[in-house]
Amino acid sequence: MDKILRVNMTDLTTAIEEVPAEWAGLGGRALTSTIVAKEVPPACHALGPNNKLVFAPGLLSGTAASNSGRLSAGAKSPLTGGIKESNVGGTAAQMFARLGIKALIVEGMPKGEGWYALKVSKDGVTIEEERGLLGLGNFAVIEALQSLLGKKTGVIAIGPAGEMRLTAANISVKDPSGKIRSHGRGGLGAVMGSKRIKFIAIDDEGAPGIQLADPEAFKNASRIFTKALMDHPVSGQGLPTYGTNVLVNILHEAGGLPTRNFTHGQFDGHEQICGETMHDTIVARGGKPRHGCHAGCVIQCSQVYHDKEGQYLTSGFEYETIWGLGANCLITELDDIAQADSVMDDLGIDSIETAVAFGVAMEAGILPWGDGKEVVRILREEIGKGTALGRVIGSGAGAVGRTYGVTRVPVVKNQAIPAYDPRSVKGIGITYCTSPMGADHTAGYTIATNILNVGGQVDPLKKDGQIELSRNLQIATAAIDSTGMCIFSAFPALDIPECLPALIDMINARFGAKLTGDDVTGLGKTVLKLERAFNLAAGLTSADDRLPEFFNSDLVAPHQAVWDFTNEEIDAFWDF
Amino acid sequence: MAPITVTIKLFAHFRNGRFKEADHQFPPGVACREVILGLGFRLGEMGIVMVNGQHAPLDHPLSERDTLALFPLVGGG
Repeated sequence: MDKILRVNMTDLTTAIEEVPAEWAGLGGRALTSTIVAKEVPPACHALGPNNKLVFAPGLLSGTAASNSGRLSAGAKSPLTGGIKESNVGGTAAQMFARLGIKALIVEGMPKGEGWYALKVSKDGVTIEEERGLLGLGNFAVIEALQSLLGKKTGVIAIGPAGEMRLTAANISVKDPSGKIRSHGRGGLGAVMGSKRIKFIAIDDEGAPGIQLADPEAFKNASRIFTKALMDHPVSGQGLPTYGTNVLVNILHEAGGLPTRNFTHGQFDGHEQICGETMHDTIVARGGKPRHGCHAGCVIQCSQVYHDKEGQYLTSGFEYETIWGLGANCLITELDDIAQADSVMDDLGIDSIETAVAFGVAMEAGILPWGDGKEVVRILREEIGKGTALGRVIGSGAGAVGRTYGVTRVPVVKNQAIPAYDPRSVKGIGITYCTSPMGADHTAGYTIATNILNVGGQVDPLKKDGQIELSRNLQIATAAIDSTGMCIFSAFPALDIPECLPALIDMINARFGAKLTGDDVTGLGKTVLKLERAFNLAAGLTSADDRLPEFFNSDLVAPHQAVWDFTNEEIDAFWDF
Repeated sequence: MAPITVTIKLFAHFRNGRFKEADHQFPPGVACREVILGLGFRLGEMGIVMVNGQHAPLDHPLSERDTLALFPLVGGG
């Protein structure tokens, strides 16, 4: 029987609870957002005792379904002040699912200065005092836990950034190679730090595993779904070969690559940091151009990037990170960006928020444009050691802007805008404005249809059709985020007719349910609306569904594009 | 009529065995389709076709100093 694990950090007690009937059909984002909306007072301080940190594997996690190993984490975000869900690969989702853990809820806050660790196993969860690993980076924590508890142990941890409760701190999850994937956005690492939990170790020895309601139907649907992933040119060939970083040249060409803290739409140094160059560099140095973030991933968009000596430097080296320190900070040395990526993983800090914060810091004159070495130094010596400057940058782009009087601060709901300029790719601007998560490209990835010709074509420079496009994608994404599926399954789902029905058939065969496509769309709508309701109750208003003012006034080259949606047009997003 | 010069940019695996960027000459008003076929591509291979940074249909006629960018179906996010 599936269960809920509940940990109370105020009185240091744990409980195993039955899954309430109304949560039985939920997983991933639908479940974390439902629990946060039900149990967290919206007006509470995100780093106080009334916030809760919730982990939930997706509906299909732990099964043999391809790309189903995503873990959702949810809480009230200390960065945005609204609800947050952030999902991740790694090994934890599948371990939780096989252990029958529907969700792990961490509530309360210890009274003293002590630190703790949680140990999850088939018997439930225990709280232990933790001393030895405090202050250490994520790589050292994972290494220590693997030697202490065995290679197979699952790890969910925070680095120094989370211990300091910086609002750009993330939560790191061990991947199948013993490296790191991140619940990146919204400062969830600070919430874990506020609960004074350094790590959660997972032992799935003796796990009961998944009982499928209809194994034969599941197998058939799973085969069709996997075939769709493999057949689609984006998920089957493009992503495995070039990773997400193939987007540098595409967005440069389309004039949507935010450059020099969002002052231009193209970057002269694009060829030095692009996916094609990165692919050739990885191959030449003996790295791996293909790598999966979790077992059962058939897309393999990740990679292992080596340094000039052929030694491991980083993995999971994504377009958004490379854009953020590359075009946005004018750094052209890919090795410097890779080094920074690795340090950010170790500190446990969001590489999008932090990269955009560096862009604002460069605009403020704190460090020179394009100085990758100084970025790495600040990461290690200022953020890593918790100096005043380090804490400002580690609190995100908005914090840097407020502290240094910068007006060009690309954030929505105080969360940094990623890698696609909303003036020249207008659909994504609607997603940035309206997503309950704050500026988040993954919440409704209109780049697919605006730029990549997936799921049709909507002109990125015109306003027509963008609201509907963003709405439909945000609804679909809220549903997919609840299944445990990688969001890249949306590429085949948009183009291959058999893909989405196969996904629904797998859910039905897993649970013995009779869901239709309309039910899944309905789930997406329900999730979005309950997240929006939480935000309104937390004090956010439609005035928070806006891009920063400079996007309305500053034209961006080469298309001389400007953000020209009216408030009424943006607010119509919620008419569903 | 004098030929026009068009800058052609290729991306991802389209570069393999070809080039990154090159200027080619064509008759005025040549359609993107003819340029693509002339480079040895099949039309079905095309993911994104951009002229001067904007998506263009295959029958779009090219002018002097246009930039034609060709991408296979790729993506990320």
